[in-house]
Amino acid sequence: MSAWQTVCQLDDLQADSGVCALVSGVQIALFYMPQESVVYALSNYDPIGQANVLSRGILGDINEQPVVSSPLYKQHFNLNTGICLEDESISLAVYPVRIVNDSVQISVTETQ
Amino acid sequence: MSIRKTLVVIGNGMVGQHFLASLVESPIKEDYDIVTFCEEPRAAYDRVHLSSFFSGKSAEDLSLVEPGFFEKHDITVHLGDKAVKIYRHSKIVISEKGVSIHYDKLVLATGSFPFVPPVPGHDRAQCLVYRTIEDLEAMQVAAKISKVGVVVGGGLLGLEAAKALKDLGLQTHVVEFAPRLMAVQLDDAGGALLRSKIEALGVTVHTGKNTSLITDGEQCVNKMCFADGEELETDVILFSAGIRPRDDIARDCALEVGPRGGIVINNQCQTSDPNIYAIGECALWNGMIYGLVAPGYAMARTVVANLAGTEASFTGADMSTKLKLMGVDVASIGDAHAKTPGALVYTYQNGDTAVYKRLVVSQDKKQLLGAVLVGDASAYGTLLQYCLNGIQLPENPDTLILPSRSDEPVALGADALPASAQICSCYDVTKGQICSAINAGCTTLDGLKSETKAATGCGGCASLLKSVLNSELAKQGYEVNTDLCEHFAYTRQDLYTLIRVEQIKTFADLLARHGKGKGCEICKPTVGSILASCWNDYILKTEHASLQDTNDNYLANMQKDGTYSVVPRIAGGEISPDMLIALGQVGKKYKLYTKITGGQRVDLFGARVDQLPPIWKELIDAGFESGHAYGKSLRTVKSCVGSNWCRYGVDDSVGLAIELENRYKGLRSPHKIKFAVSGCTRECAEAQSKDVGIIATENGWNLYVCGNGGMKPRHADLFATGLDKATLIQYIDRFLSFYVRSADRLQRTSVWMENMEGGLDYLKSVVIEDKLGLCEQLEQQMQLVIDTYQCEWKTTIEDESKLKRFRHFVNSEQSDDNLVFVEERGQIRPADEQERKHFKLVEVA
Repeated sequence: MSAWQTVCQLDDLQADSGVCALVSGVQIALFYMPQESVVYALSNYDPIGQANVLSRGILGDINEQPVVSSPLYKQHFNLNTGICLEDESISLAVYPVRIVNDSVQISVTETQ
Repeated sequence: MSIRKTLVVIGNGMVGQHFLASLVESPIKEDYDIVTFCEEPRAAYDRVHLSSFFSGKSAEDLSLVEPGFFEKHDITVHLGDKAVKIYRHSKIVISEKGVSIHYDKLVLATGSFPFVPPVPGHDRAQCLVYRTIEDLEAMQVAAKISKVGVVVGGGLLGLEAAKALKDLGLQTHVVEFAPRLMAVQLDDAGGALLRSKIEALGVTVHTGKNTSLITDGEQCVNKMCFADGEELETDVILFSAGIRPRDDIARDCALEVGPRGGIVINNQCQTSDPNIYAIGECALWNGMIYGLVAPGYAMARTVVANLAGTEASFTGADMSTKLKLMGVDVASIGDAHAKTPGALVYTYQNGDTAVYKRLVVSQDKKQLLGAVLVGDASAYGTLLQYCLNGIQLPENPDTLILPSRSDEPVALGADALPASAQICSCYDVTKGQICSAINAGCTTLDGLKSETKAATGCGGCASLLKSVLNSELAKQGYEVNTDLCEHFAYTRQDLYTLIRVEQIKTFADLLARHGKGKGCEICKPTVGSILASCWNDYILKTEHASLQDTNDNYLANMQKDGTYSVVPRIAGGEISPDMLIALGQVGKKYKLYTKITGGQRVDLFGARVDQLPPIWKELIDAGFESGHAYGKSLRTVKSCVGSNWCRYGVDDSVGLAIELENRYKGLRSPHKIKFAVSGCTRECAEAQSKDVGIIATENGWNLYVCGNGGMKPRHADLFATGLDKATLIQYIDRFLSFYVRSADRLQRTSVWMENMEGGLDYLKSVVIEDKLGLCEQLEQQMQLVIDTYQCEWKTTIEDESKLKRFRHFVNSEQSDDNLVFVEERGQIRPADEQERKHFKLVEVA
């Protein structure tokens, strides 16, 4: 089942940058682009560098895809799909996210 | 069955070594056991650049033998052992130390010795010659107890030697028998101009002087008496009046020698005994002794080819030369004296800039026969190509030496050269060879140099090599995309200029005006760095924070597990016991792994992102400030302990290091910058491996630039000598500002300078002579950065709103449970995969 949880307030996010939230024991990176009023939510774990660091990566776009670049070894991950641009066999979990009355809400499927 | 034969080479000078290096590249080396005798205690070194020994180069720097060369190629080398006798009948060479070797083929590369005129008194105390490193050491010893020095001989070598005496701090004179300097290469007007330039540097020149006696001086050790009755008092006398071939070993075994010396060779470089070859300055070909290295190299290659059974001949060599004598460019090409019947002469003389140029042209004005250039030798490459390749001259040949009044370059385009044109005369590399290397995929200047060896000898052909490369690349339709990334169709230098000229203060503004898209991890940190270099805002200011690269982003260095290391500044590596204790207490409290860095400070590893602010609060309270180890910025100024303590220290290296580190701390630049200051020439601070290196001497500070360690180490180049502190700082201000303004992204100072057209000389002209008229601006820019310095960590911990970003979770006080440490040698380190699995199992259980 899925349920929307409020994780933090919009002003807890960092403009054009990331923060990390702990949601049901899972580390989720939240990226906020104020110009488009959009928030992306992906796993914070970098499967290549094997560390919880993706929220500290630089945001940008490559060939018009919104991406975050890993702070460790600079691979790019598509913010919409979680797919790694350098190795398509690697992808990050992507979570539904929305903003309701300045609250940032995430839906995490409970697996247990 | 083949039996290995023995090849003996007598002499391991420049030519002897070139022979060995060519031989081991040839398949015939398999046929021979190779043995070489070297009279000097060290193997071949660069005699052409001998005077650089006095401006800081060591004997090792001058070496021409790659480490392990002899071992790798199985060459037996007898160092410090002179071959003294050849028994041609039994084919045996005997050495001074009693080594006796049978040879099948013998190569004589015994070189030459300096000619000392048989003037009475020539063997008095402090009468020296200038040929070997031992001679230089003797000069150093003599200079210590002397005030005045005379060089006898105003030729090429003599002027080099005069520079050496000048560098040793002696009042220097040059005494020349002929009526002008460099009589062989220059005409009267060229010689006169060279003389005035050299005299302007404080060297007194005496021409037309015939020394008749050397005797006791009154103020000095020696007195020189000239045939015209004049006298000159001097302590040191350095004979540099030409060379004589060393042919005694050949005479002794009755090989044919010339009437005035020199071992006679044929076009195959064979002596009168076909099993014995002679090459270099000991050899007499067609009545000529060649005192330059390039013809010697050509002879060496001829012998290798002949041993291999290939038809090859030495048929004379071009004696054109280009060099910098005491900072003055001098070049001579071909028939400089217009001895060819009917030759026409064009001259250009500019009294203002002190430039002299002379062209010697054939009667029909079609061919260039020779040229003389003094003061500006930039046309050398082009003129030499005209002369050597018989390229038809333009309708008005004087356009080649007249200053170009438009922007149109007069240089001969690389396209005009035939494939057979020799580009590099040191290594005999033709345009054709360079083109084939380019076609084989060698498309960088560095790549071409290592592939073809072109421009790695005297370096005189570097700009020509570059133009061949560019023209070939253009022909292949190869377009170099210099765009920074897909968001900006500009180079870093372009962006720097735009930001400065348009006073752009934010990335968003720059992107809106000159870019597209949202940016990326290439352009954001680059622009962040340029903005910091120009305006020096706090880098975590809201509009700048999201631009910063991994380490700048959290003002600490991210390690493999996502934790950070913390490095406080310890300027010059000087730290009090109390500060050291404070540092230790922080390390202990937060259980950090501590390690001493190469830059003389302490690195504290394993800090979680949420621990950074409290750690820094404690460090700042103890008196520390940010070390900028996370930034592409000034890192450290390393120092030796200097004159305060050291028995050998000449000046206070620690004091200067601290002052410089505090001056430039926080300067954001295209790449990291490291400095070092040594208190004497023993160089314990390793300043010559730094972007900016400073060494104390008796005469002031010597400044070195553009060195680095790392993946591709590079020794720094000597930039200026004998500086006082104010001038030193002024030069460094300008140098750093110019680097920040014009380097590429992530380009260290070494590569920046190497890629600069004109290289070190150009850099000097910008920084020292203010060729671009930029210096005032460069200094102001540096002053702005210095005046607006702030400790980024102090600013951060004083701003509540900035501390928010240092939490691991936006919604929890927990820390990252993926961080696992184990203990090793009494300190923590990140757990490896195995250990991590084990730990998790233990946790769960």
